[in-house]
Amino acid sequence: MRGSQLRTLKCSAVAALALLAVAGCTPRRAAPVTVKGSDTMVILGQRWAETYMAAHPGTIIQVTGGGSGTGIAALINGTTDICQSSRPIKEDENKQLVAKFGAPAHEVVVAKDGLAIYLHDSNLVQELDLAQLKAIYTGAVTNWKAVGGPDAPITVYGRENSSGTYEYFKEHILGGADFAATVQTLPGTAAVVNAVAQDPRGIGYGGAAYAKGVRYCAVKMDAATAGVQPTAENVNAGRYPISRALYFYLRTAPAGPIKEFVDYTLSAEGQKLVTEVGYFPAQ
Amino acid sequence: MTVPPAASRPALAPLRHVGVGESPRRRAQRLRERVISALLRACAFTGVAGLLLIMVFVFREALPVFLDPEVKKEASLSAFFATGMWQPVGDVPKYGIAPLLIGTLKVVVAAMVFAVPLGVMAAVFASEFAKPALREALKPVIEILAGIPSVVLGFFALIVLASWLQAVTGAVSRLNALNAGVALGLGIIPTVFTVSEDALRAVPRSYREASLALGASRWQTAWFVTLPAAGAGVMAGILLGLARAVGETMIVLMASGNAAIISGNIFDSVRTLSASIAAELAEVVFGGPHYSTLFFLGGLLFVMTFGINVVAGLFVERLRRQLGGA
Repeated sequence: MRGSQLRTLKCSAVAALALLAVAGCTPRRAAPVTVKGSDTMVILGQRWAETYMAAHPGTIIQVTGGGSGTGIAALINGTTDICQSSRPIKEDENKQLVAKFGAPAHEVVVAKDGLAIYLHDSNLVQELDLAQLKAIYTGAVTNWKAVGGPDAPITVYGRENSSGTYEYFKEHILGGADFAATVQTLPGTAAVVNAVAQDPRGIGYGGAAYAKGVRYCAVKMDAATAGVQPTAENVNAGRYPISRALYFYLRTAPAGPIKEFVDYTLSAEGQKLVTEVGYFPAQ
Repeated sequence: MTVPPAASRPALAPLRHVGVGESPRRRAQRLRERVISALLRACAFTGVAGLLLIMVFVFREALPVFLDPEVKKEASLSAFFATGMWQPVGDVPKYGIAPLLIGTLKVVVAAMVFAVPLGVMAAVFASEFAKPALREALKPVIEILAGIPSVVLGFFALIVLASWLQAVTGAVSRLNALNAGVALGLGIIPTVFTVSEDALRAVPRSYREASLALGASRWQTAWFVTLPAAGAGVMAGILLGLARAVGETMIVLMASGNAAIISGNIFDSVRTLSASIAAELAEVVFGGPHYSTLFFLGGLLFVMTFGINVVAGLFVERLRRQLGGA
């Protein structure tokens, strides 16, 4: 009697375990949370995903880059759950979402970013105002002498036109004007930083998280104000002239594992990672 | 020639007929042969089908540039040459492809000037002068160069090569057509080398022996006899290298700076057709003018590399006939 009971118990235990394994595995295999978009946010997204997955072994989060526009396109095509974007969603993109899913994108500000201006370590120029930056990037100024540096041509580096950073810069610094044809565009912020690090006459722009081997240029609103470094205090206080929000976009208000992940990114722990990676907290 | 004379055919037919009674083993073997041959045929045609599908797809996506009035407002054949600016993203998009054509030309010429002499001379050395042991070592090492991912070559050019070249040339812009050309040259040397070397070694020994017997030195033999005899094959190698140079993407994307400038200066940054497609396609509005324009550029590249490959094929055919007839 006892023997057969034990056997039954064993059997049901095995069955339960098997069920558990199946139950545990199914959501894991079937529904990884996919996160796609801004190249600026890839590192941040990956850090969030790593720490979140370590604490929640049942969830898999896949983070890929490609650019903000690529991410939003994926959101519209339904091939990603969360889109990371370094620019606000455009009206016609929202229209496509409404046409396909009946609602505009659900927006969450997850962090803030100061768009840093990179200079070579040896560059004598300490600060530039927004008008000078515009002049450099539209080609009106081509020599460092004109902005208080030595008599040397400026090599201007920027991002490809597929990057959210490119559009942000074009809109906010150039006021919508075209970049000069001589601006050298490189694939990815890391490549821009690398190029400026090798080039004493170079100038580049990109996220404040990437600057290894280059120096941040202090940025002024106009000639009369003081130069401001892209530090956490300055960005949070709104003093740094080139700062922007970093977004999550979703098709609907988040639910289930996606909501848990989004909530995590906004938690104290998630926002601590934001600072560690080199961006600035959302609030 | 292998077709049996007509008289023997009727004799064969009854033999086949006897096959009804042939052993099951032979029948299974025949069936297996047929299946294998069908599979091989399918393999061969998969490649061709893939090529055709890609061709149809690229040209179909480029078609709005010629047909769609909405797209043609911004991007049409005339718009491509109406401006010298390539600024496809903005309030007033500008689709001037002249800087891209010039950029591609500059980089490709630089790459060929760098790679052709090196590749061909290395092939002459390997096939005519090197001891067998050295040749056996040299060939795989040069061919390894072909196995280096182009993004690695590009990154090397971005970080290291650009600084070296700038130190030597004093160019204002670190990333320029020369830098991209040299990096691209490294990428196509293996193609030029391998095909040239094969062509040189295919030249019959009797050519060399006749030349040496007439009192020519080894160098004279290599330069005036062997190399001209293998000329069509060497040319094919050069053209295959050229086709790769025109289409190569990652190296130029990393190493050229990608500034769309119209200039003849080799030390200016350049933007190529392939790099523009690679950098921009991920972001464009599906079916829009920018999208169609990029596919038009892709079609252009396709036509160019296809044409070069066809000509290269003709040269290979000529070499085969020449040496076969000798």
